[in-house]
Amino acid sequence: MTTAVRRDGPAPAPVSRRVKRKAAFRSKYNRRESIAGYLFIAPWIIGFLVFTLGAMVYSLVISFSDYNLARNTATPVGFANYAQLFEDPKVGLSLMNTLVYALMAVPLEIAFALFLAMLLARVGKGAGFFRTVYYLPKMTPTVATASVFLLLLNGNSGAINKGLEVIGIQGPQWLVDPAWVKPSIVLMTLWTVSGTMVIFLAALKNVPRDLYEVASLDGAGPVRQFFAITIPMISSAIFFNLIVLTIAAFQTFDQAYLLFWRDQSNASPESSLFYAVYLFQQAFRQFNFGFAAAMAWLLFMIIMLITFIQMKFGNRFVYYEGDDH
Amino acid sequence: MSLTESSPEAVRLKGQVIGEQAVTGPPPREDLPSRKPDRWYKPKSVIGKIVLWIALIFFALLFMYPFVWLLSASLKPRGQVFDNSLWPRTFVPDNYVEVWDQLPLISWMFNSIAIALLAATAVAVASSVVAFGFAYFTFPARNLLFGLVLATMMLPGAVTMIPQYLIWKEIGLIGTWVPLWGANLFGSAFYIFLQRQFFLGLPRELFEAARIDGASYWGLFRRIAMPLSIPSFIIVFVFEFQASWNNLQAALIYLNAGSVEEFTAPLGIAYAMTKYSPTAGGHGDYQYVMVASLIITIPMLLIFAFGQRYFIEGVATQGRKG
Repeated sequence: MTTAVRRDGPAPAPVSRRVKRKAAFRSKYNRRESIAGYLFIAPWIIGFLVFTLGAMVYSLVISFSDYNLARNTATPVGFANYAQLFEDPKVGLSLMNTLVYALMAVPLEIAFALFLAMLLARVGKGAGFFRTVYYLPKMTPTVATASVFLLLLNGNSGAINKGLEVIGIQGPQWLVDPAWVKPSIVLMTLWTVSGTMVIFLAALKNVPRDLYEVASLDGAGPVRQFFAITIPMISSAIFFNLIVLTIAAFQTFDQAYLLFWRDQSNASPESSLFYAVYLFQQAFRQFNFGFAAAMAWLLFMIIMLITFIQMKFGNRFVYYEGDDH
Repeated sequence: MSLTESSPEAVRLKGQVIGEQAVTGPPPREDLPSRKPDRWYKPKSVIGKIVLWIALIFFALLFMYPFVWLLSASLKPRGQVFDNSLWPRTFVPDNYVEVWDQLPLISWMFNSIAIALLAATAVAVASSVVAFGFAYFTFPARNLLFGLVLATMMLPGAVTMIPQYLIWKEIGLIGTWVPLWGANLFGSAFYIFLQRQFFLGLPRELFEAARIDGASYWGLFRRIAMPLSIPSFIIVFVFEFQASWNNLQAALIYLNAGSVEEFTAPLGIAYAMTKYSPTAGGHGDYQYVMVASLIITIPMLLIFAFGQRYFIEGVATQGRKG
C-alpha cells in the first residue's frame, strides 16, 4: 500500500495524517485522468442531478403540497396527501388489484417461460426458428397486442371463448366479469413471456450435462432430475426473473389502460383499476399532483419492501456457481 | 434516465440482458456453428421426440395465432372483422388504401420514427460516452457513482413522472417531441451498464498503444472504443428504439392534449381503438384498427430481423477475441 511508512532509514520528518492522505490520493489518481473521467461521465451526472435526484426531491416536496398547476404554486399541506392515501378507497382497491394480479401473473410467467425454455433446450438445430417464432410477440407493440386481444377476449364473439366452446367449456365474460378481468391481462402477459424464456434458455444451457448422466445412472427419473438438478442449478435465473417480473407487475399500466381505461367513461369494472392506472388518472386527468406524488412514493416503498423481502428470503434458496454452501 | 426506463416493458428488456450476462454468464451461442452438440437436452426415445415436436409446433401455432388473426381481420369488410375465421370470406385489400384516409397514420408513423431515432441515437451515444468514462478512467468516487447509476434502475418511473412533466412545462416544451427523447441525451443507467461491460472486455494495451502514439482521451473513445463497440451499440440502439416505439404513457402525458396528427403510433392506435370501439356502439370500422396495428408492428419485425443478426454477430466477435 502506498500509505505504508518506511521502516528503515532516517525517521521521516513528522507529517500530518492529512498530508499523507493527500500524497496517497495523488499517487492513486492521476489528475489529468480524473478530470477526463469526470468529463466523460458529466452527461450522466447532469442528467442524474436534474432528472433523477432533483426530480425525486421535487416529487417529495410536491407530495407534501397542494400543487396548483394553473398558477404553478405548491402550498404546503403537511401529511394531508399521505393521509388521503388511507381515506381514498380506490388507493387500497387498486393496490389490492395490482397485488392479486402480481400473485397470479408472476408465478405463471415463470412457470410458462421455464416450460418453453425447456422445450427449446431440447430441439437442437431447429431452436433458432422456434425461438424466433416464440419471440415475435415480444416485438409486437403493446397497443397492437391489446387491439387484437380486445377482440379475442370478447365474451360473446371472441376466438378464445369459441375455442373453449369446441372443447365443451362455457368461457367467461373476460372483459366484463370483475372476476375475470385480471386473468385477461395475465393471458396477454403470458403471450409476451418470451423475454423471460430467453433468460431461462441461457441458464439451462449452462447446467453441466454430466450432472444428469450421473443422476440417471443413480436411477433418478426425469421428475426427480428436474427438481434435484435443473431447479437448483438455474435458481439464480429464477430468482432474478422473480424480482424483475414482480417489479414490472407492480407497474403494469399499458395493458390495463388499453383494455379498460382508454376512454374516460367509468364503464369498466373496478377490479381492472391497477395502481399505475389510478396514479396516472390522478396525475394527468385530475391533475392532483400532490396526491399522485404521494401515491408514487407509496408505490416506491412497496416495491422496495417486496424486493427486500425477496432478496432476504430468496438468497437462501439460490445456488451460485463456485459457492461452497 | 429516459421516461421509458422504468416502464414494465423496459424492465423486462433489462431483465433479458442483465439476466443473460450477470446471472447466467455469457449469452448463449446456439447459433454459432462451433457449438457443441452435447449442450442440448435431446430426448432419447422416439416417443419423446414426437411429443417434443408436437409441443413445439402447438406453442408455435399458439404464438402465431394472434398474428394470423390480425392479418386476416385486417383484410375483412366491416361486418366480418369479428367472425374469427382465419380466411376472410370477403377480401377487402382496399382497407390498406382506405386506412390512410381514415386515420392520420402517416403522421403517426413519421412522428414515431423520428422520435424513436432521436431517442435511440441520443441514448446510445450518451451512454457510450459515460460508459467509457466509467470503464477506462480511475477517479475519486468512481465506484460510488457507478453504484448510483445502478441504483437508479430500481426507481419506479412514477416517482419522477410528475417533476419531469413540470420541468418540461417550465421550459415550455409540452406538446413537442422533446420530452419523449430529451432526457436520453444524458444516457440511461441500463445502457451505461451494458456498454461499460463491453468496454471492460477490450484489452487495455490497445488504448495504451494509442496513448503512446499521441491519441487524446477523446481520440481513444472516438477512434478505438466506439468502432469496436458497434455490436453492443446497436443492441442499445435497437432496445431503445423498441422502447420508444412502444412508449404509450409518455405520449399520453405530453402529446394527448394536442391535435390527432401530432400523436405517436401507440397513442394513435389507442385513440383509434376508442374511435372505432367494438364494445361501445357495436361493430364500428374496427378493420382500420387492425390494419393500423399491423402496419405499426412491421417496423418492429424489421428491426428484429436486423437486430438479431447484429446481436449474434456481436456475440460471435466477442467469442473469437476471447
